[in-house]
Amino acid sequence: MTLNYKLTAFNTIVWKEIRRFLRIWIQTLVPPVITISLYFIIFGNLIGRRIGDMGGYTYMEFIVPGLIMMAVINNSYANVVSSFFSQKYQRSIEELLVSPVPNYVILSGFVIGGVARGLAIGVIATFMSLFFSGLHMYNLFITLMVVLMSSIVFSLGGFINAIYANKFDDIAIIPTFVLTPLIYLGGVFYSVELLPDFWRLVSKLNPIFYMVNAFRYGILGVSDVNVWYAFTMLVIFTGALFAFSLFLLHRGKGLRH
Amino acid sequence: MTPAISIKDLYKTYDNGFEALKGISLDVAEGDFFALLGANGAGKSTTIGVLSTLVRKTSGSVQVFGQNVDTNSYETKLNLGVVPQEVNFNHFEKVFDIVVTQGGYYGLPIKLAKERAEKYLNQLGLWDKHNQQARNLSGGMKRRLLIARALVHEPRLLLLDEPTAGVDIELRRSTWDFLQKINRAGTTIVLTTHYLEEAESLCRNIAMIDRGVIVENTSMKALLRKLHQEHFVLDVRQELEQAPVLNGFGCELIDSSTLEVILESHQDLNDVFTELQAMNIQVKSMRNKSNRLEQLFISLLKKPE
Repeated sequence: MTLNYKLTAFNTIVWKEIRRFLRIWIQTLVPPVITISLYFIIFGNLIGRRIGDMGGYTYMEFIVPGLIMMAVINNSYANVVSSFFSQKYQRSIEELLVSPVPNYVILSGFVIGGVARGLAIGVIATFMSLFFSGLHMYNLFITLMVVLMSSIVFSLGGFINAIYANKFDDIAIIPTFVLTPLIYLGGVFYSVELLPDFWRLVSKLNPIFYMVNAFRYGILGVSDVNVWYAFTMLVIFTGALFAFSLFLLHRGKGLRH
Repeated sequence: MTPAISIKDLYKTYDNGFEALKGISLDVAEGDFFALLGANGAGKSTTIGVLSTLVRKTSGSVQVFGQNVDTNSYETKLNLGVVPQEVNFNHFEKVFDIVVTQGGYYGLPIKLAKERAEKYLNQLGLWDKHNQQARNLSGGMKRRLLIARALVHEPRLLLLDEPTAGVDIELRRSTWDFLQKINRAGTTIVLTTHYLEEAESLCRNIAMIDRGVIVENTSMKALLRKLHQEHFVLDVRQELEQAPVLNGFGCELIDSSTLEVILESHQDLNDVFTELQAMNIQVKSMRNKSNRLEQLFISLLKKPE
């Protein structure tokens, strides 16, 4: 199997995924834009003015990185979980399974599709933030790496959710009962320095806390955690989830009988 | 010559304990047009599933053009085109995109994939729909789209799992013509079907599968020679009150002007006409009572296990 063949197959999957979320833009691109606008207006502008500074920045400036990261995480996850599960549900995934495309190329294609949507929403959210706050960029490399790796981690999470899901309810459970609480408690809207010691410790068990803070560090230069610690965790999560996803694909879990 | 398909002692037991295949062995020669016949749940689709890797075998060996499907899956899959029993494309995608995307999965550069998609959509009468979402196609067109998709990488072996189920007669006939054309061009075709007429019209060789076991595996001609009886329905000009007694032939009165005559394989139809003429009964028209293959199929499946 040549590299050229694999690249062609990979590009085909990625473009199919991008075509999908662009085709249904009213479901995939518009809702996050509305949600983020409301966050900016209500939390950042209306309530934020009464809160005052946080971490040396205005409350609006403080929550912008967290809101962008929240949008990236949610959309990367949502893209892969809904796309892969839909294909599994209507069995169009068999188009890929009967073809010679290796499992790691299939997985990479779906993940990059999720990253494409996550980053597209991230870019839109960043532009929108300019209406409410100035653009800060403390360290471009860290910012890009954190957002990219976080997007990959949650695309992989969406993939695993889709593999295990048997009905559409199953792809809503994890985002509602796990992802949303972790994001809200992950330091998007506040600094953990405000929390009592016990809850500060609990927050440090939340992986999203590290991602949000590392991203905030890249933009503002302030963080509640050591950035390199966050990076190490992102690398471990990416490797572990990729390996587990590949294992599930090899086993044909929910795909081959 | 290496067979297109070589299956040896293939077993498949599903997780729920159902034994779909109980040690089938089967060879399909390159260039053949082969039918796999069986009732629902007989094991036809499981066999196709194992060949296409969508079903994991329990044991046995499966080779496609001499390559093992387990250890050389890349080579075997490149040679395979699969038309599934159920429509399994994304209904919201455009017809053209579905075929071009499948080409990409087989490594075709985008330009070539588009050329092939146009070629096969044209040949299958779908080109004027190429820019429409697949959900707008009729049932028969969706089935033809599955065939175009399976052919985009021009496989040497095409597996069709009931390709004309639910398709109207006209579309079915044109699909048959198309399949015969690509078979003549060298593509080996294996088809499962419920339409026994389809197998009889298209296929040169046939295997019948019943409850996971191959009960017959021979050429279509040899199989049809095994028929001992044929039933003919005769429409006669006279109004009859009872069936005429024909010397050596079974004969029943269906209604006052219709007879059913049963011929053994060694008997001649001419003798029936001679006897009827002697009784001054004139035959207006005549037809086979039912599909010959169907009779044989039923008789084979009635055999005790």
